[in-house]
Amino acid sequence: MNEELLNTLSRIVANATPLVIASLGETITERAGVINLSLNGSIVMAAMVGFAAALVSDNLIVGMIAAMVAGAVIALIIALASIELRQDQVAVGFVLTLLAADLAQFLGQDYTRIPGPQVPNWPVPVLDQIPIIGPIFFDHNILVYFSYALAIGIWFWLFRTRPGMAHRAVGERPEAAFARGTNVHRLRYLYTTIGGALVGLAGAAYSLHFKPGWSTPPSMQGDGWIALVIVIFGGWHPFRVVLGAYLFAALRAVSSDIQKNGLIVLGQTIEFNFVLLNALPWLLLIVTLVLVSTGTIERLLQIMPRPLQKRMRSVLRSDSPKALGTRFEVD
Amino acid sequence: MCKQSPIWQIVFGVLPVFLAVLIAAMLVIAVDRDPVEVVTNIWEGAFRNTKSFAGVLNFWIPLTLVCVGLTVTFRSGLWNIGIEGQILIGAMFASWGALYIQLPEALAPLQIAIEIALGILGGMLWAGIAGALKVWLGVHEIFGGMALNSIASVWGIYLISGPWYPEGGSAQQSAPFSKVALLPGISDDWPVSLLALVLTVMALIIVPLILNRTRWGLQLKATGKNQRSALLLGVPINTVAMSSFLVCGGLAGIAGAYRTLFTYGSFRPLASGGIGFLGLLVVLLASTRTLWIPVITFLFAAILSGSTRLRVAMQLDASLAQVLQSTLVLLFLLVGGLRQRFEARSATPVEPEAAQPPVQTRAGGEVIAP
Repeated sequence: MNEELLNTLSRIVANATPLVIASLGETITERAGVINLSLNGSIVMAAMVGFAAALVSDNLIVGMIAAMVAGAVIALIIALASIELRQDQVAVGFVLTLLAADLAQFLGQDYTRIPGPQVPNWPVPVLDQIPIIGPIFFDHNILVYFSYALAIGIWFWLFRTRPGMAHRAVGERPEAAFARGTNVHRLRYLYTTIGGALVGLAGAAYSLHFKPGWSTPPSMQGDGWIALVIVIFGGWHPFRVVLGAYLFAALRAVSSDIQKNGLIVLGQTIEFNFVLLNALPWLLLIVTLVLVSTGTIERLLQIMPRPLQKRMRSVLRSDSPKALGTRFEVD
Repeated sequence: MCKQSPIWQIVFGVLPVFLAVLIAAMLVIAVDRDPVEVVTNIWEGAFRNTKSFAGVLNFWIPLTLVCVGLTVTFRSGLWNIGIEGQILIGAMFASWGALYIQLPEALAPLQIAIEIALGILGGMLWAGIAGALKVWLGVHEIFGGMALNSIASVWGIYLISGPWYPEGGSAQQSAPFSKVALLPGISDDWPVSLLALVLTVMALIIVPLILNRTRWGLQLKATGKNQRSALLLGVPINTVAMSSFLVCGGLAGIAGAYRTLFTYGSFRPLASGGIGFLGLLVVLLASTRTLWIPVITFLFAAILSGSTRLRVAMQLDASLAQVLQSTLVLLFLLVGGLRQRFEARSATPVEPEAAQPPVQTRAGGEVIAP
């Protein structure tokens, strides 16, 4: 395999990491039936807080923890407003998106465009020697490895453990979970906060690793919305969510590559204004949602041979948690 | 029993404002500036003289148009987050008219009418795409709208970096429009477009009348309250959703045309400048009380216009204005929830209706998912 392709693939994995962590965090939250629509603002806020904390304390761990706290607090406000104050999750989440981004810009005005600490690269011993897989997946920093562990951990938790079943039940049928003695509200608080903390870590991943430093307007603008769509594309399943994040990152890598080097098809250089390529991720986003919602996938399943159908269904279908975005009243 | 005493009503009304101002003041202190100085600067920036007051109106006009449009989509239970893109495409279409249609000076009114019509068309086109995605393809309007916003912005950047790249200019804006193509101001002391002012006031009067007095308005309301029962009662919910998108997009298009034909005088890819999102905040704040919209937009426009001074006068980031505004809306929602809890406790059993949030979202807690 040639060196350049390996580099590109490795870069895609690195660049996708903040998206992976954010969408996995949101998956946890939405599986419990709560929508955290504030992702776009939360990420910006956490990126700023994480960068500032790491810079002031000169300690990366402090920065990451501060970012996670920022994300968790924002998520907690949504849970509180929805559960205690009976407010609409979408409305509160939307307001928080704007508020968090503007607040980050205001409070972070003294930290813009200055160099700060960066998460160092740490190739995994032994594993990075595996041909092809080693350089692509195991020549990164600790955040990237954490994202792998996170995906596997969430999958195991949701589908292989008893508390994970309660977690899903709270998002699917809160009444049934309640009847079985589950404290629906407590679990929703818990998972919304954990999900928010992960979104915060994703923010730190931007400012401490992927696009080091902090600037206004922030360079990760818009990624929160993409992460929200990746969760839908991933059918609320951790592995597919990761795949979706890599797909978006790959598309970005290709389009930035074309912007840098020009597009050559069959030896012909194709001329056009490459600025337009920036619209590609958003077009893919729309196409993704159309495919998921129009039942194209269902129809695709039906024309498959029967033995394949059952297996593919669990891989391809995309059903939202039934109680997503709704309130649960005990009475 | 059910009604609170007037004292509590005032407390619940004033509390969010008080808290929001307090939080903003603490933020200003946190960055080592004097809050009183900030207030004086914003006041000076907004109401120093007739010109600065005209500056406030320059924000008030597009913001109010956008808000009036958004009351229509909210009434039918739709979150038109794509409003930013609709403003921008409106601005883009109006700019196309200004750049490529050159009527003689005698026909200036016709020129402007064509430009505004193009703006409306652009806004409707972009809203129509969001509507079509929602109605026929089941793409939730929040995500579809957000994607369309970004695509509109990429398109705008493409135009000024390519086809509309000005001779010898920077890739920040298109070439300035000719004088005939611009909306005229009232006078040098009052740089405000009378036509836009009249259009805005008309929209403020006519749209609520249509919403409250016509069959279409009732259909919107029925769809927004409960889509399923509306369908069972024979309301064509798809047509209703689509038409409310189009009306909102048209109004956003006028706002965009105003920004580009008056405020800037050239096309900029940031022509919408967050006014659409601010409009969503205003409508959340006003919820069903549409009469408050011009008042809130005036207040927000004054803060927005006044705060542009902060950077020069105090080296403060002007985002303080947006922070104050969104904090206010957040606290308003939270205090509104507190108030409902308070009412539920002090009153005889509440009707389920009273427990609904003040924000009109789709009935039955619609899920953000296809």
